[in-house]
Amino acid sequence: MAAHVTTPGAVEPKMWLGGIEPMKASYGKLMMWFFLISDTFTFSALLVAYGTARFSFPAFTGKHEDFTFSNMYWPVPERVYEAVPFLHGVSLPLVFVGIMTFILIASSVTMVLAVEAGHRMDRANVEKYMLWTILGGFTFLGCQAWEWSHFIHGTDAGTVMKVIENGTWVEKTIFGANLTENQYGPPAFADFFFFITGFHGTHVFSGVILNILIFFRAATGFYDKRGSYEMVEKVGLYWHFVDLVWVFVFTFFYLV
Amino acid sequence: MAEVHHHHVHNQDPEAGAEQRKAIWKTFWILLIITSLEFLIAFTVPHGILKITIFIVMTIVKAFYIVGEFMHLKHETKTLIWSILVPVIFVAWLILALMLEGNAIFEAIFG
Repeated sequence: MAAHVTTPGAVEPKMWLGGIEPMKASYGKLMMWFFLISDTFTFSALLVAYGTARFSFPAFTGKHEDFTFSNMYWPVPERVYEAVPFLHGVSLPLVFVGIMTFILIASSVTMVLAVEAGHRMDRANVEKYMLWTILGGFTFLGCQAWEWSHFIHGTDAGTVMKVIENGTWVEKTIFGANLTENQYGPPAFADFFFFITGFHGTHVFSGVILNILIFFRAATGFYDKRGSYEMVEKVGLYWHFVDLVWVFVFTFFYLV
Repeated sequence: MAEVHHHHVHNQDPEAGAEQRKAIWKTFWILLIITSLEFLIAFTVPHGILKITIFIVMTIVKAFYIVGEFMHLKHETKTLIWSILVPVIFVAWLILALMLEGNAIFEAIFG
């Protein structure tokens, strides 16, 4: 600060008194970070609510291979998610969700490569990597649509369950799941599946829309004219956050 | 809108940023290996506290790499890092409070 020339009436620049970026990040980038913190709270609330519901239901205590679907206990997730497209009737636990995880991680890598290319004002590479990221996002959404469809329609045999209908206990075969009926376990399990993966999928969808916008603006030379590709970085933060949330959903919904 | 912050050196040289690209791919392989290990553990380790603990630790390691490297938080200023990490304490409290609550509901109905 010794080299600072003070003119009469001028205020010495101080860290938190304006005119300086104390966090060395632009306004837009900081606001994206604080938005993501608020989004963290929303997703945490959903996942913690899932944990609470799970703890308040009995767990399946029998041998792993003896597991059958029932609304008397919480299901073992790897027995619920074991279907893969084109392989009807083959039990492949967690394989499809593993592929989805890989797609999202890979699209996160192409996104960060686009950000890196943006730092060098390398328009061609920003375009290339944004396209790969968009493709990854659409593929993930397609996978999720298939998974939802399978979850809703259920297995061939369905599950015979005792449920209360109009005040009396009835025994009936339930196929698949919706918000009130669930062949895989208690209805709450299906509700959480729809809400948590649905809320995450909505985030992926809006991320893809933003990525398309960024691609369009990069391709039309908007960021070259502006002299900065920082928008790629801001939307990149959002896209990585979506990947981050999936890491937690994957662990707490599918693995544990 | 015209105000732009240049934190990075703009360079047309294709060799520029090679170091960063290397770090990006390294992070990718770490994430891929951890995810593969999670699969291995899912089918080999019996269900229990140990398995859940391993999964949670691995998830936090993955989160560290995504936030630290991909989101670049590791290389930001200390103030920014703490502004993001400190609010997460509330999440830790929420987890603890509602786990106890869930257990209390279980005891009340089935206990």
